[in-house]
Amino acid sequence: MEFNIQPILPEAFITLMACLVLMVDVYVRQGRSICYLLTIIALLGGAYLCWYDLATESITVLNGMFIDDIFSDILKIVICVLALLVFVYSREYSKFRELFQGEYFALGLFAVVGMMVMTSANHFLVLYLGLELLSLCLYTMVAFQRDSVLATEAAMKYFVLGALGSAMLLYGMSIIYGLTGSLDIETVRISVAAQASPDNLALILGLVFILVSLAFKIGAVPFHMWVPDVYHGAPTSSTLFISTAPKLAGFAIIVRLLVGGLEDLHFMWRDMVVILAVLSISIGNLIAIAQTNFKRMLAYSAISHMGFMLLGVLAGTENGYSAALFYSLVYVFMGLGGFGIIVLLSRAGYEADELEDLRGLNKTNPWYALLILLLMFSMAGVPPTIGFFAKLSVIQAIIDVDMTWLAVVAVLFAVVGAFYYLRVVKLVYFDSSPDEVRIIEAPADMRFFLSVNALAMVLLLPLMGPIQELCTQAIASVVNAF
Amino acid sequence: MIPLTHYLVLGAVLFSISMVGIFLNRKNVVILLMAIELLLLAVNINFVAFSHYLQDTAGQVFVFFILTVAAAESAIGLAILIVLFRTRRSINVEDLDTLRG
Repeated sequence: MEFNIQPILPEAFITLMACLVLMVDVYVRQGRSICYLLTIIALLGGAYLCWYDLATESITVLNGMFIDDIFSDILKIVICVLALLVFVYSREYSKFRELFQGEYFALGLFAVVGMMVMTSANHFLVLYLGLELLSLCLYTMVAFQRDSVLATEAAMKYFVLGALGSAMLLYGMSIIYGLTGSLDIETVRISVAAQASPDNLALILGLVFILVSLAFKIGAVPFHMWVPDVYHGAPTSSTLFISTAPKLAGFAIIVRLLVGGLEDLHFMWRDMVVILAVLSISIGNLIAIAQTNFKRMLAYSAISHMGFMLLGVLAGTENGYSAALFYSLVYVFMGLGGFGIIVLLSRAGYEADELEDLRGLNKTNPWYALLILLLMFSMAGVPPTIGFFAKLSVIQAIIDVDMTWLAVVAVLFAVVGAFYYLRVVKLVYFDSSPDEVRIIEAPADMRFFLSVNALAMVLLLPLMGPIQELCTQAIASVVNAF
Repeated sequence: MIPLTHYLVLGAVLFSISMVGIFLNRKNVVILLMAIELLLLAVNINFVAFSHYLQDTAGQVFVFFILTVAAAESAIGLAILIVLFRTRRSINVEDLDTLRG
């Protein structure tokens, strides 16, 4: 059998670069800047390799364990770009907090490999290994600030609940394996289709375990307990990483497992996902109002955004899935910008993570105030921004399947959510600034990329058609593969 | 010959015990780590039982991977535990309450 290495080239390249970063860190004196540079090269290279070899049809390699299709390629490119931006944003921030270490970059690269493997998984084992590679790196990145009480506590909570989530996933997989006799997602799909019925309790049990673990991983209510604590406690550079690319990887495994493997059980998982989505949207938005810490507020907002993403998934149509993909893509860039603002305003010995820290920013730094305005409007879903169209597309998808009541609930809580986003805008524009001088020490490249990131919320509008078209193609490559 | 159901019940019981261990334990973080190990072992029993029942080796191969990942996971868990103890001189679960809201 001829072995085709092309589909796994991006992962192989980034893994090798991660090993190189570890070596450089050990043997080169003051090699941290070199590590940083190598990381940037690795991520650019990974994204380029995915782009260069953009799949036109699904190819499976390694005995069908690993699949390369448009869906995985697009997600991999975005994951690489996100990780790249995260490292660029947090460079100065990490330097001031002694987090700018070689291991940090190696961990980040391995986490990226884990996410890329997850997006391409066509086998339970590969999916689990990718997930664990990602999770183990993330636990360590949260605990990286060793002398911080908050960071270590957050790491412990994340570790325990993350491990619990993984164990649930495994338990669900073991039951599905017992019922279908296979770990290969395509074979599982065929076998599940043959025995799908509301009376098959064992199958439902396996499905519930898998669904609960997926909810843990993306942080949907009632399995969201770790999200605010981890986002708040972790150093903001790590929060930036955790809150962006892993959400996409989480979406990818939802698509691989629920849509790719268990779609014939849609009539059963739909109602469960409805509960997750409604609770996430309502509780996320309501509790966010009570927060005084900006990072915590964004964490609850992340929970509600994941609820909106689930709306698209539960619709169970190709339109719905592609709306969910579009929503996730838009959300990760909003989240990146939101936490990026905290990194921007922080400096040595000062963490700008309280809402109060944003007071009167318009008087001292009108440009950054405008960026916050754009990001907040986009998160709230105010019309001229791309966030509005993302919400619109998922809501259209659920109206198409006659779940109007759900659409009404979603819109109501989106209005509730607008309150706390607009409160940030009010703090920035209409409150008087504190007396002390506000110094922003962020380097020029970070300011530039953050500005582009926030401006993209409106500037990308003309490109929205092609992006949505791409999402539709990506989802079609998964759904029609069978 | 022990039937498949006995193994599955054993797996389910172990899984439940460790789940209860995680949620009821208010004293010691080390017990949490032990409970997590037990969770994975319960899953392993399930996999091995099914693998033997189906006469399919894939399940047993999966178990090797789970064991390896579990080792890596507990290494990281213990490392976090040490860091945690250094910063607050306690590994009591109830003391982990700085982050709330």
